[in-house]
Amino acid sequence: EDTQEKEGILPERAEEAKLRAKYPSLGQKPGGSDFLMKTLQQGQKYFDSGDYSMAKAKMKNKQLPSTGPDKNLVTGDHIPTPQGLPQRKSSLITSKLVG
Amino acid sequence: MAIMKDSGGGNDIQWCFSQVKGAVDDDVAEADIISTVEFNHSGELLATGDKGGRVVIFQQEQENKIQSHSRGEYNVYSTFQSHEPEFDYLKSLEIEEKINKIRWLPQKNAAQFLLSTNDKTIKLWKISERDKRPEGYNLKEEDGRYRDPTTVTTLRVPVFRPMDLMVEASPRRIFANAHTYHINSISINSDYETYLSADDLRINLWHLEITDRSFNIVDIKPANMEELTEVITAAEFHPNSCNTFVYSSSKGTIRLCDMRASALCDRHSKLFEEPEDPSNRSFFSEIISSISDVKFSHSGRYMMTRDYLSVKIWDLNMENRPVETYQVHEYLRSKLCSLYENDCIFDKFECCWNGSDSVVMTGSYNNFFRMFDRNTKRDITLEASRENNKPRTVLKPRKVCASGKRKKDEISVDSLDFNKKILHTAWHPKENIIAVATTNNLYIFQDKGN
Repeated sequence: EDTQEKEGILPERAEEAKLRAKYPSLGQKPGGSDFLMKTLQQGQKYFDSGDYSMAKAKMKNKQLPSTGPDKNLVTGDHIPTPQGLPQRKSSLITSKLVG
Repeated sequence: MAIMKDSGGGNDIQWCFSQVKGAVDDDVAEADIISTVEFNHSGELLATGDKGGRVVIFQQEQENKIQSHSRGEYNVYSTFQSHEPEFDYLKSLEIEEKINKIRWLPQKNAAQFLLSTNDKTIKLWKISERDKRPEGYNLKEEDGRYRDPTTVTTLRVPVFRPMDLMVEASPRRIFANAHTYHINSISINSDYETYLSADDLRINLWHLEITDRSFNIVDIKPANMEELTEVITAAEFHPNSCNTFVYSSSKGTIRLCDMRASALCDRHSKLFEEPEDPSNRSFFSEIISSISDVKFSHSGRYMMTRDYLSVKIWDLNMENRPVETYQVHEYLRSKLCSLYENDCIFDKFECCWNGSDSVVMTGSYNNFFRMFDRNTKRDITLEASRENNKPRTVLKPRKVCASGKRKKDEISVDSLDFNKKILHTAWHPKENIIAVATTNNLYIFQDKGN
């Protein structure tokens, strides 16, 4: 079959092989589907007092509700704390294009 | 046959540096990242939006007949804070103030109007000039303090006297709370009364006078989000037919919809898609086919789409393939692995037509931008760089060496700076004047013959 031949000829396929070698967990989904979910996710999750209280209470023995279909969403790997938040920026300075 | 020197992207245009705006230093503040560039309908005004939510409008000087060099320069006309960072308390999400798009309304009276949008809210701004003020009030001093009425012994009629020109921007309408997902496009209808706004999954129709309601005309959100396969990436109204609009998708398709057909235009009237050879398919195929911009030609007969590696021209009468395809930077095909790792493969390049629809332009990396002449089939690569900033010196064409022996003056693919991307470009509607935005600088180039 000329698939192997194609891998040599098609630069795209060669690049794909490179990527899969680096990230074996890439899976069979075409590129783009994970990105789709990431695109739709609406920005960074910020400090949520409910989440914060829950984490502080350390609900060790209680089972937290399962994540369900949202488990593919990237929510970050820790609960934000007030100290760790980036400062809200405000741009009241004039644009440098004016200067 | 005489060998023609590559004289430009079309019709022997010789592009020269005209102006550059913005900071010189390499340390770019995030707020200064330019996110949109747009000429108004006459080309007299040029608007930019940035990540800091600010709009800067430049105005072209009146042509100076005494100094015969080129068309007038663009100088700052007005600047204002269009959008501020906001916080959605219900979802604990920050709403960026970055201006995603600016679209000008055609001028109806002395004032200028534009729509600017961030991810969630569209605003209609009125930009007006004030060059006279009333003086000679009876009850007020010139500085505004009220006079003691008992000291007023005569009456006079206040008159308008000239003052230094003041340009004021004021928000006239705020169109909010209609988009759950991030707004990627706005487009004013040729009826000049309505406009559309598109986010990843929905398109809404607004009336410019009405802010508390909008009409949903496209909704591709599946009942079960796990079934989601594509998102809307761009949308635009047809320049002449007020019932027609198109939207592009992350899978490389364009759908043309007719609002007369039904209230909810979920079923397209036309579907434009180039068939793909399944044996050529790779992990990257879908990502690089995602359309980052769609623009109708001024004539309305054609539309142009930009995907990661190419620009395609479609004839509205032919759905099964584009009529023209131009490779922007095909040499990147053998770099897709690293471009995926550094996220560059997701960069959204825009594209634009010249006034006569004969030349198209789009940006690339290393601060290069490309032009394709549809008639001569010639193309050119130019660079937006402060090193070439002598006015009236013709820009030297650039060439990227894909592989093999690099010739003198060529740049190899591995030397390209992928942080220097030109995502936003604009072409004056009538003249050969172009605005090219690098990360934080705005370049203006003109045809030497101007």
